[in-house]
Amino acid sequence: MAQVRITTPLDEAAVRSLKAGDEVLITGILYTGRDAVHKYLAGGGELPAGVDLSGGIIYHCGPVVVEREENGTRTFRVTAAGPTTSIREEPYQADIIAKFGVRGVIGKGGMGLKTLGACQEHGAVYLHAVGGAAQVYADAIKGVEGVYLEEFGSPEAIWVLRVEDFPAIVTMDSHGESLHEVIQADSLENLKAALAAA
Amino acid sequence: MSDTTTLQASLLDLIRRTSSDLPPDIRESLRKGREKESAGSRATLALDIIDCNIDEASEESAPICQDTGMIKFYVHHPVGYDTLDFEDAARAAVAEATEIGYLRKNSVDSITGKNTGNNLGPGTPLFHFQAWRNAEVDVRLVLKGGGCENVGAQYSLPMDLPEIDKKAGRDLEGVKLAILHAIWKAQGKGCSPGYIGVCVGGDRSSGLDVAKEQLLRVVGDTNPDPALTALEEECFRVANGLGVGPMGWGGDTTVLGVKIAARNRLPASFFVSVSYACWAHRRRGVLLDPATNEIRSWLYDTADQTLPH
Repeated sequence: MAQVRITTPLDEAAVRSLKAGDEVLITGILYTGRDAVHKYLAGGGELPAGVDLSGGIIYHCGPVVVEREENGTRTFRVTAAGPTTSIREEPYQADIIAKFGVRGVIGKGGMGLKTLGACQEHGAVYLHAVGGAAQVYADAIKGVEGVYLEEFGSPEAIWVLRVEDFPAIVTMDSHGESLHEVIQADSLENLKAALAAA
Repeated sequence: MSDTTTLQASLLDLIRRTSSDLPPDIRESLRKGREKESAGSRATLALDIIDCNIDEASEESAPICQDTGMIKFYVHHPVGYDTLDFEDAARAAVAEATEIGYLRKNSVDSITGKNTGNNLGPGTPLFHFQAWRNAEVDVRLVLKGGGCENVGAQYSLPMDLPEIDKKAGRDLEGVKLAILHAIWKAQGKGCSPGYIGVCVGGDRSSGLDVAKEQLLRVVGDTNPDPALTALEEECFRVANGLGVGPMGWGGDTTVLGVKIAARNRLPASFFVSVSYACWAHRRRGVLLDPATNEIRSWLYDTADQTLPH
């Protein structure tokens, strides 16, 4: 397993060099987006000014954010920020990768063939974070640079997060390889062998 | 009437600890899994991140996972104990815990999609009351997230399992096939390594309830039925040989335990119900003084504590 440090914005060459199974440590900006954002953008919604997804990474996450207001300025602190299940965005993800030039998607559980195809065609990767590790990921977030589409509710908004050494595994690469498919097939063979031996 | 203010405070502390402090038997099982995995592997990376997360959450009384899950109280109480007062106090404690941030706002109206904002609503939280002849009140709390709940399964035997070229029949072999099929099918999607509760028999609704109740058992307990002990051990061994591993990234740690119970069934029905809990299996319990509602002792504080019932 190779360990690779990547920094946003990502160019195509950097993304194409990643292989399913690699460990990455991400530094730069992540944009959170879950169900409401994906539905909105895939349905023709405008990207808010200030959000640039070109070469960017979308994080499937509904963070817990504590807000303070001092002298009219809002400040934010993320207290829990693990990944949510990605497959819910399968109907939208491929279009969003193509339309906005997204280079990475972080979540958990993996995604389907449509997204895998978009990763291959446009040069993007799916990055799997550790589900449930809300505190470790909150630690990797060094600051909140902004928030958009707050009308969707706090967990569903686009949070602009500055991260350092955010750990994840490439489970779907830009060459059509999916670690999920490999493990599912291998584990099926292992199960059949165990049942035959019993 | 009992003292509901003290009860609310006791239950708030139970919620805080359940959400932030993983019980010792689950920690121990994760540690044993970590020892088996090879250095530098993806499995080791996942288990190290998990380990770090567990420590941080308990130090800061912060939620282990931001999905603080479906809230279910399992209560054993003396005859005559006021369970309506208990429900009121528990609801107040849940709303308070949500306000503080021990729980995420997690109760959504299924028709309108509106979040109630305080975890209260029809069906949330859930309660299971059972009278017993002991003097104490035994309260156990499980917080079970949506990701792992979604990979639970129910099999109606006999059933064809085409992926493994087998038919699961109405016998222990068929039960084994159903359990292993469910674990294989879940892959890492339920945030493996998982803790697996199973019920053989019952009807559809009681089967899934009893399967989930098995998640109250500790990793190291022994099933009183030797046939089920053997089945638990075999499912555990085969599941951990599948190679699914933590998060489905590959490895030898796919499940932390398999706990199976049986209930009588109708001659015409044969259900195998499987409840999957993620690695962040948040369950804690307390014994309450029935007169004062103060916490007398914590359950699950040692890794080998067995159920009193």
